Amino acid sequence: MKHTISVIVENKPGVLHRVAGLFSRRGFNIESLAVGETQDPAISRMTIVAEGDEQTLEQIIKQLYKQIDTLRIFDLSPEQAVERELALIKIAASEKTRSEITQIVDIFKARIVDVAQDSIIIEISSEKEKINDLQKMLEKFGILELVRTGKIALQRSSLTCQSSLSVLKF
Amino acid sequence: MQIIGAEALLESLKKEGVDVLFGYPGGAVLPIYDALYKEKGLRHILTRHEQGAAHAADGYARATGRVGVCLATSGPGATNLTTGIATAYMDSIPMVAITGQVATPLIGRDSFQEADITGITQPITKHNYLVKEASDIPRVVKESFHIARTGRPGPVVIDIAKDAQANKIEFKYPDKINLPGYRPITQGHSRQIKAAAKMISIAQKPVIYAGGGVITSGAAKELKELAEKCGIPVTTTLMGLGGFPDSHPLALHMLGMHGTAYANYATQECDLLIAIGARFDDRVTGHLPTFAPHAKHIHIDIDPAEIGKNICVDVPIVGDAKLVIKDLLARISINKAKHAAWLEQIKEWKQKFPLAYKKDKVLRPQYVVEMIYAVTDGDAIICTEVGQNQMWAAQYCKVNKPRKWISSGGLGTMGFGFPAAIGAQVGKPDAVVFDIAGDGSIQMNIQEMATAVNNKLPIKIAVLDNGYLGMVRQWQEMLYGKRYSHTNIDNNPDLVKIAEAFGAAAIRVKKTEDVKKALLESLKIKDRPVLLDFIVCREENVFPFVPPGQAINEMLID
Repeated sequence: MKHTISVIVENKPGVLHRVAGLFSRRGFNIESLAVGETQDPAISRMTIVAEGDEQTLEQIIKQLYKQIDTLRIFDLSPEQAVERELALIKIAASEKTRSEITQIVDIFKARIVDVAQDSIIIEISSEKEKINDLQKMLEKFGILELVRTGKIALQRSSLTCQSSLSVLKF
Repeated sequence: MQIIGAEALLESLKKEGVDVLFGYPGGAVLPIYDALYKEKGLRHILTRHEQGAAHAADGYARATGRVGVCLATSGPGATNLTTGIATAYMDSIPMVAITGQVATPLIGRDSFQEADITGITQPITKHNYLVKEASDIPRVVKESFHIARTGRPGPVVIDIAKDAQANKIEFKYPDKINLPGYRPITQGHSRQIKAAAKMISIAQKPVIYAGGGVITSGAAKELKELAEKCGIPVTTTLMGLGGFPDSHPLALHMLGMHGTAYANYATQECDLLIAIGARFDDRVTGHLPTFAPHAKHIHIDIDPAEIGKNICVDVPIVGDAKLVIKDLLARISINKAKHAAWLEQIKEWKQKFPLAYKKDKVLRPQYVVEMIYAVTDGDAIICTEVGQNQMWAAQYCKVNKPRKWISSGGLGTMGFGFPAAIGAQVGKPDAVVFDIAGDGSIQMNIQEMATAVNNKLPIKIAVLDNGYLGMVRQWQEMLYGKRYSHTNIDNNPDLVKIAEAFGAAAIRVKKTEDVKKALLESLKIKDRPVLLDFIVCREENVFPFVPPGQAINEMLID
């Protein structure tokens, strides 16, 4: 089963190495990993999508907590979280196909962010599955390049990473 | 007062109560060694190899309970420490390893003697630091010692760039630690303790399985109280030896692959297993699904990640062993008479399957270990190497007190025992320190004989010399059709001559009747190490033996 884990860490050198290294040496599978600063530049948030049963997930979370730089961890279930992923998709486009592409882009609430003679770059921010669907629709035009950020997520409730820092780790 | 980073490092170490460091100089630690040159408050023990320094710091920590400190230069100096750091990590030993790093402008340029030691040691340290600013040194030292010795202890590496060692700073040692992500839990949860107390009071056939955590937390007294109050037999892991007196009637001795038959039978039969500061290692459990099949499990450990890692637990208690046992003692009321039948059964196993070896004219390694125990009244600090020597030492030295048993349990590092004995002897100058060794492992750090001689350390090195890498040979005999591939080392150099060349005393013993005399003679030597070369019978095996992948009650007894 897939889990989305939000890991709040101190923004210190080597912290990404520590977390990524932990996953590889303990044999946990990472599907995606997105890292960025929070509103406090001293604190970063990592959003990790990992695969494993309940016991594996528990062990992942406990091992992550053992890292000195880890402040807080949330296991985000899809019902309680807003999840997004960003993709940039460059496809081949001629004058003939451009209007059809624009229609598809509109349906998916995506955007065209760059137009060149024979190609277009489309930006979409959405749930993973929707991005997969768009990708499928665009395949017939010829996908030249594609990049995805990996999932980022925030809990829906008013509990924020800042307010929860005072909560004791278990 | 303005001082340079290297001086700030030494001042900080003294603030942490450090009195000795084990180290080896080099280019990237020159400022630190220059500061040591005029330093009066710190003793520096020069080893002959950085690995020796790391194991010595580890042995010092195990013998004293304090944080061991080692020091090495960048690149090869630092990488030579890694086996010692990994050894300490696997056994949760508090250690601070300080390494020099090339100057900051040279970092990342593949400079001479540059190695990314924080990257290399990341999976084998509790935490590590790369220090590029002199002003960070006091804070980093303070945090490192705090991290190393609290919670589940472990090694911390401080890698200090050479320019940070040389730059001047205004020295002020911080009095507070700010580590918001590090808050070890020591007090057990009261609801869990209540549940555990209830479970203990209704168990019919309980066993306590005690690990190194009992030693670390200083819980030996409380453990004894718990066992006696409830009438529960205690088995210890290799790391837990000394956590419960082996001479106690409730002692089951060690369990697992080379554990006693009665400890393994009791574990497999029990209806409640109380794990205290132990981690269900594969050498203890054997085939995991068949381990303690009838038991409910209480697991007490300070590291939450150990709970549920290998085995499902009925009552998990995160906390310090000593505090948790104290809380348990206050809550348990029990009629220990109801365990009479269980203890009777265990007594029967003890009588039927004692640890035993053939007693004849042949000089057997087990006899040597028994004699070491006898001549030291069981009061020596016993260090071991790894392999058959370690298992015989574990079986036949009845360790009765904590911190009298020093052995590389988790990593199983050959070459650990001798430098660890150096650290132990430095930390406990009045103790009798033995290193029980094999002829294979003693050669792995034999260069430290110079360290022991130069520092007049009266360590006794008892080599159980069988001309084989004995444990591997045993496995080859039993599991690989006696194909002794590269385990015959009967072409060893003359160990007596080697010891003498270093300036140590040396005695060769070939006959059973000479063992005691030689040991007594070695005890008289107080100003230098003594190597005792016991030429033992070559193909003796360690029994009991649980073949890998088997349940621990399916052991070969002889």
